[in-house]
Amino acid sequence: MFGKLSLSAIPSHEPITMTAVAGSVVLGLVILALITYYRKWTYLYKEWLTSLDHKKIGIMYIILALVMLLRGFSDALLMRGQQALAAGGSLGYLAPDHFNQIFSAHGSIMIIFMAMPFLVGLMNIVVPQQIGARDVAFPFLNSLSLWLTAAGALLVMVSLGVGEFSKVGWSGYAPLSGIEYSPDVGVDYWIWAFQIAGIGSTLSGINFLVTIMTMRAPGMTAMRLPLFVWTTFFTMVLVVWAFPVLTAALALLTLDRYLGMHFFTNTLGGNQMLYVNLFWTWGHPEVYIVILPAFGIFSEVVATFSGKRLFGYASMVWATAVITILSFSVWMHHFFTMGASPNVNLFFGIATMLIAIPTGVKTFNWLFTMYRGRIRFTTPMYWTLGFIVSFAIGGASGVMLSIPSADFVLHNSLFLIGHFHSVLIPGALFGFFAGYYYWFPKAIGFRLKENWGRRAFWCWLVGFYLAFVPLYVLGFMGMPRRLAHYADLTWHPYLLVAALGAAVIMLGIVCQGIQLLVSIKERRALEDRTGDPWDGRTLEWMTASPAPVYNFPKIPVINEIDAFMDMKEKGIAYERPDRYSDIEMPKNAPHGLILGGLAFLFGFAVVWHIWWLAIVAALGILFTVIARSMDDDIHYVIPAADVERIENERYRQLAAVAK
Amino acid sequence: MRKKRSLVLVGLSCLCAVTLLGGCSSVLLFDPKGPIGEVQRFVIIAAIVLMLIVIIPVSIMTFWFPRKYRASNTESTYMPKWSHSATIEFFMWAVPMVIVAVLAILAWTTTHSLDPYRPIPSTEKPITIEAVCLDWKWLFIYPEHDIATVNQITFPVNVPVSFKITSDTVMASFFIPQLGSQIYAMAGMQTRLHLLANEPGSYAGHNQQFTGTGYADMHFKANAVPREEFQSWVQQVRQSPEKLDLGRYEELAKPSVGYHPVTYFSSVKPGLFEHILRKYNPTHSKHPGPMSRGPVSTHARTDVAEAN
Repeated sequence: MFGKLSLSAIPSHEPITMTAVAGSVVLGLVILALITYYRKWTYLYKEWLTSLDHKKIGIMYIILALVMLLRGFSDALLMRGQQALAAGGSLGYLAPDHFNQIFSAHGSIMIIFMAMPFLVGLMNIVVPQQIGARDVAFPFLNSLSLWLTAAGALLVMVSLGVGEFSKVGWSGYAPLSGIEYSPDVGVDYWIWAFQIAGIGSTLSGINFLVTIMTMRAPGMTAMRLPLFVWTTFFTMVLVVWAFPVLTAALALLTLDRYLGMHFFTNTLGGNQMLYVNLFWTWGHPEVYIVILPAFGIFSEVVATFSGKRLFGYASMVWATAVITILSFSVWMHHFFTMGASPNVNLFFGIATMLIAIPTGVKTFNWLFTMYRGRIRFTTPMYWTLGFIVSFAIGGASGVMLSIPSADFVLHNSLFLIGHFHSVLIPGALFGFFAGYYYWFPKAIGFRLKENWGRRAFWCWLVGFYLAFVPLYVLGFMGMPRRLAHYADLTWHPYLLVAALGAAVIMLGIVCQGIQLLVSIKERRALEDRTGDPWDGRTLEWMTASPAPVYNFPKIPVINEIDAFMDMKEKGIAYERPDRYSDIEMPKNAPHGLILGGLAFLFGFAVVWHIWWLAIVAALGILFTVIARSMDDDIHYVIPAADVERIENERYRQLAAVAK
Repeated sequence: MRKKRSLVLVGLSCLCAVTLLGGCSSVLLFDPKGPIGEVQRFVIIAAIVLMLIVIIPVSIMTFWFPRKYRASNTESTYMPKWSHSATIEFFMWAVPMVIVAVLAILAWTTTHSLDPYRPIPSTEKPITIEAVCLDWKWLFIYPEHDIATVNQITFPVNVPVSFKITSDTVMASFFIPQLGSQIYAMAGMQTRLHLLANEPGSYAGHNQQFTGTGYADMHFKANAVPREEFQSWVQQVRQSPEKLDLGRYEELAKPSVGYHPVTYFSSVKPGLFEHILRKYNPTHSKHPGPMSRGPVSTHARTDVAEAN
């Protein structure tokens, strides 16, 4: 009846896990109780969960990302704590298998369930508004992507209390992830969480590519696109190219595990190197998938707050294109030490170094955007400046690793961990934070408190250096990654400093939490009534904050890069159209939410081999998809009169501000 | 060469000043004990120095530009439309290109010369050690001496060591940081590694690729000793009551929890290493598999072990 599932799947003997489970469950119940108490279920369902509005979907994505950031960061704290204690003869407080689960969950969550939703969320909020569109090309697909991602995240969370998560690292190297060496359900949770969320990401990729290619406002030619739109475009090219490879690799691994096949096993002709190649064929572009959008955000932020056009726009676009192409020709640098010939290693090593060229160009472009500008030091700008220096260090360590002969001693050491964290934390996360502060007023309607934002930034920056500089040194000292305990006491002081760094980062996260609460409390004072709180340059600042459901009452015509700044200079930014017309918008639909729920059930059922439930869920998915395709009544019309009423209100507000 | 040396010195002193709070000796990669590790130290330092050409100006500009062009400083030039300069753009593409070109040359020469499959030129006859990754310990077989050990190797100083590496479990990585390069161990495949210690000592070695529950305990000692001492060590191993026949091997290969104590075997079933390879690749002797590249020539001599 319940497949492999029994009460013994609940890790009741693990006090740390049970505390986390209890905490999550209590928190969940409190939220549900509050929603019930304030009778918000109908509101939540009608206005949010079933919404096809790209802005609301974006906000939900970011909420998911922030929740998962907390989970992933808790894992990081546990790891740093363990390594700070488990020196010499001590085994620390985590048994090796528990420690292995924690670092596997940390990596999986941070990449797939924190970075991905964060960047897709920001794209959702911003991209349609930046290109002068009313929604994305496929609004329903967008909702489906969100709920598939959420279903994957829920699977990871459930694995905490029911069974266990993967113990083989976020990359799930075969044959360790095969059924012979990992017979438990952990790897299955990992596979299905990645598969379900991965399909969501692929759909997002298609959606945004089509949106950017077909829904630009008149006059918005390729070389007038805001940089964030460009980086979104290239990111989504990467998503569409790379994610199917992951899907295929995981599908083959699934066949190995469920049907006893031998794609990646040690025996019967299986080839573990094939898995490693396939994984990184996706895995390396994935790094650029999370970094390129952040590059776009930095470009927007630095131009806006320098009060100046982005320096070297064409260089920036081409640099992004070069990174996109090259990112597919470097995957083997993740395993130079596999024993391939020097020429094979050199091809991938030199291709990797080549990526440093366009990346360096971008750095100088940002710097020269500030040159001869008028720089305002807002929170997004702090994150950008912190990023530039830290990322230069992370990039340099990456170039060192790209030299095969040096990689032979640095590979899989803590130097590598230092490297990719100092690329991904400043390069991706700082960018997402910059975007979060920058576009918060656009999405929500009020700004975030600057003082708490700056405190958060300093904690993050100082904590980041404290946490990761020691790892570089430890790499030189020969310490491998993923050690649950170690005998070499000379490593210990550095790991203590790293743990301190994690604690300082935690203070930064606390500051961000306080900032959100304080800002909500003082939302009247922080309200953005113009829709353009930063003297913005691109189209999203033309709309009200938050923008009406249709974004633009009349689609703007674009004549320049930085279209909105151009309009402001010509004095036509807030011109009233002669007349308004009816606007057709997509109707809300519950199917995305239902499909997400069914996908979760399906995932859970196949993890535990509950076949009847898997069949029911699969049939349910099929039925829901058919039901949705049969539904022809998917649009509604906002009458011109309503548009006029909403817009008149906006003009009244603008006039009030002008006084 | 003189230039190379001074570059090394400058880089080393920089690094020592910045990072080496605990003294150089614990920073293994900067205290190599063999020719492979020495070149790798040079490559790392050269790369750091080259990278500083970018990091230093970027850091300076990141502090200087925002300070100079802060909004409150109305004295500074403000050119809101200035967004292109052919000269600046030329240099921002050209400088990284030149640096990458230099790095690529460095990578090209050293990756070829340090190819782990390439025997180390030496007047001494190399010694062969077969390393097998087990859950969770290392088995070392000395085919030329018909002995085996667990979690310890001893070899003569200044003699090239020719490692043949495989795994009887999941993928692992064999690494002795102070001697240089690591290489993966994979079931059914034989990878190669050539190392040489030019100073006697006991060096830490470990698995550098995560292999599951007992991964953290997969460390061993690599002892480089004078030749006479090596001979007496071999004799000592030969005194051991333990013999590594197939039955004992199967027992040893079972997963063990915690650090596996050093064990000596006075004799080994002939061809045990090949036997382990053939468990996963029955045609290994005919089709040695993807990572068994043919002998890589040195300038002077061919590896005797390769010829076998």
